[in-house]
Amino acid sequence: MSFFTSANLDIAREIVSRYPVPRSALIPLLHLAQEQHGWVTDDAMREIADLCGITPAEVKGTGSFYEMFKFGPVGSYLINVCTNISCMLLGGEELLDHAQQRLGVKTGGTTDDGMFTLEDVECVAACTEAPCLQVNYRYRLRVTNNDFDEMIDDIRAGRVDDLPQHGTLARIRQRIPTDKLAGVVHPDDAREAPVWLARNAAEDSVVG
Amino acid sequence: MATNGYVAHAPGYVDNEGPKIVSERFGYADSFTLARFEATGGYEGLRAALARRPADVHDEVRSATVLGRGGAGFPAGVKWGFLPPGKFPYYLVVNGDESEPGTYKDRLLMERDPHQLIEGCLITCYALGLTQCFLYVRGEMALAQERIATALNEAYDAGYVGRNILDTDFSVDIVLTWGAGAYIVGEETALIESLEGNRGMPRLKPPYFPAAIGLYGQPTIVNNVETLANLGWLLVNGAEQYKSYGSEASPGTRLFAVSGHVRRPGVYEVEHGVTTFRELIYGDNFCQGIREGHELKMFIPGGGSAPWFFEEHLDLPLEAGPVGAAGSMLGSGAIVVMDDTTDAVKATLRVVRFFARESCGKCTPCREGTTWEERILQRILDGEGRHSDIDMLLDIGDNISPGPYPVAANPHEGLEAVPFPPKQTTICPLGPSSVAPIVSTIRRFRHEYEAKITRRDSIPVRAQGVFVTECSSD
Ligand SMILES: Cc1cc2nc3c(=O)[nH]c(=O)nc-3n(C[C@H](O)[C@H](O)[C@H](O)COP(=O)(O)O)c2cc1C
Ligand code: SF4
Repeated sequence: MSFFTSANLDIAREIVSRYPVPRSALIPLLHLAQEQHGWVTDDAMREIADLCGITPAEVKGTGSFYEMFKFGPVGSYLINVCTNISCMLLGGEELLDHAQQRLGVKTGGTTDDGMFTLEDVECVAACTEAPCLQVNYRYRLRVTNNDFDEMIDDIRAGRVDDLPQHGTLARIRQRIPTDKLAGVVHPDDAREAPVWLARNAAEDSVVG
Repeated sequence: MATNGYVAHAPGYVDNEGPKIVSERFGYADSFTLARFEATGGYEGLRAALARRPADVHDEVRSATVLGRGGAGFPAGVKWGFLPPGKFPYYLVVNGDESEPGTYKDRLLMERDPHQLIEGCLITCYALGLTQCFLYVRGEMALAQERIATALNEAYDAGYVGRNILDTDFSVDIVLTWGAGAYIVGEETALIESLEGNRGMPRLKPPYFPAAIGLYGQPTIVNNVETLANLGWLLVNGAEQYKSYGSEASPGTRLFAVSGHVRRPGVYEVEHGVTTFRELIYGDNFCQGIREGHELKMFIPGGGSAPWFFEEHLDLPLEAGPVGAAGSMLGSGAIVVMDDTTDAVKATLRVVRFFARESCGKCTPCREGTTWEERILQRILDGEGRHSDIDMLLDIGDNISPGPYPVAANPHEGLEAVPFPPKQTTICPLGPSSVAPIVSTIRRFRHEYEAKITRRDSIPVRAQGVFVTECSSD
């Protein structure tokens, strides 16, 4: 039983190794699972539980608190329309209505062909560019009904290249070269003051 | 749309005239690269810090009075002083969870100038002896995560982050980490819970600051992205120069996002404490007034959690003191402007629904109260309201936040302002925040509520779906 591909398993282990306590890697690993599969499966949760040293129930119990994690299939493209105050003032709710009609699904629904899932979303920090939406967490700003229709057509026709599969967040990962690693700091390590604080005892400023 | 082979910058930022501290590099297409950062004085602040004693760096920040930009406006230098001496290790947690309705500035800072943020983290860790830093970015902000990951990779390779930074004895790792869609995780103790791999629910206070007990039970500094973004500039230019901008109580500059019904919405870097709401909303250099043919009805001065302001507040400066005395807060630097087409009840419902959805559910007054507030507002808006609903809304609010709730004066009815902040029966301020729009609009636009409710009374009882039988009097 292995959910993660071997490449992703290496990434998962590296992520875990950056935190003093493995459980801290829980959210990043759930994202990694979602990136690989589009949503979080039971197998994924079992494997994440092993990696974090907790039970699968704890993984689900924590993961289900967070709206971004999907525990069942969703469309290849997740469309989140903002209807919070700044967007509402400039037509966010009307845009969501239009999106429902155009896609033929209600908020929360997925189109029959499995292409699109439509959701409304709370403020995504683009308030000056209202109304806005995100597709797989990439922004579309000052969206008119026409823009929306064109976007759907373009995605269906494969004319859009800035949208990775649902679940993919940053396409560039942090890597810490081993020779540059300062070291994970465990809370229980009885620790002296970090060495550089000794400079405070110096009479004058020290030049580094 | 690509510029120089890069993804175009997210729009929103307006490069207006005035002093710039944190948005200085925003105009460059490659503002987020190490090459641009170094070419424009980047990491000079880190060098300046490393040339001094850590305690002196702390003093510089303390004397500059760098106010926290996350919402509470607490001075960073003072908060840093709450670390219990000797209880190592200490951690730094960076709050990049920006999700307060109307707030749009941390995302710009992370996408456009990630090295500036990294430099701020390094200066903080050096000054206080923090030995690991976690940079927590909101889950939905994929590009910000990408830019920070790239910047960290560059900075590690160039020796700015990690072991023996710039060949000194200073070493610290910065770990990029992220959330997954929950507003409440922006509250600092919920953020720490989330970072520990738990549901993002705020912790009981006291302790009031994670500086006492934070990540993994250790002393932890939590600061907002914008707060830290100021530090590189501060270390190069000094506290005196910093204080030459803004007012005495609120020195420096601050990013304000102005959205809604204005002609030129945008994120503006403005002098803190001296610029007024009127200048920002109406000034040529800023938003240039309300959209064509309309007038101001009301505005939110500090993000979704803030009580609302009106015409007569326009001449207040963007400063915590006067804004608090007038019944609201500057919060997270988010101003939402609403013109005369706005339905006060509908706008109230929209903000309240946000809090109802985002309540973490830990305390009963918030979990139940915000849900009831939403339902009652919805039925008023649907023409199904009852006359007792207005009092019921206020009563529910009083359960979440007892006593007079902070609210603006209503000069038309001779009602005085109630100063900020509210009291709370809850663990965190989210529940009480839901009361802000309700109290603000009932006090000012009660007639709009009543008009919607009376409309229902004019509908024949039979049409309301109630079965009525005629009674005879004998
Ligand atoms: C409900 C709630 C949400 C919050 N959201 C954020 C947020 O998204 N970003 C942020 O920096 N601070 C947020 N805060 C404030 C943080 O708790 C904390 O005060 C802040 O991060 C400290 O940084 P500063 O002192 O640099 O401002 C929130 C507070 C509450 C009560
Ligand atoms: S006030 Fe609301 S969001 Fe805050 S801890 Fe209580 S239930 Fe959670």
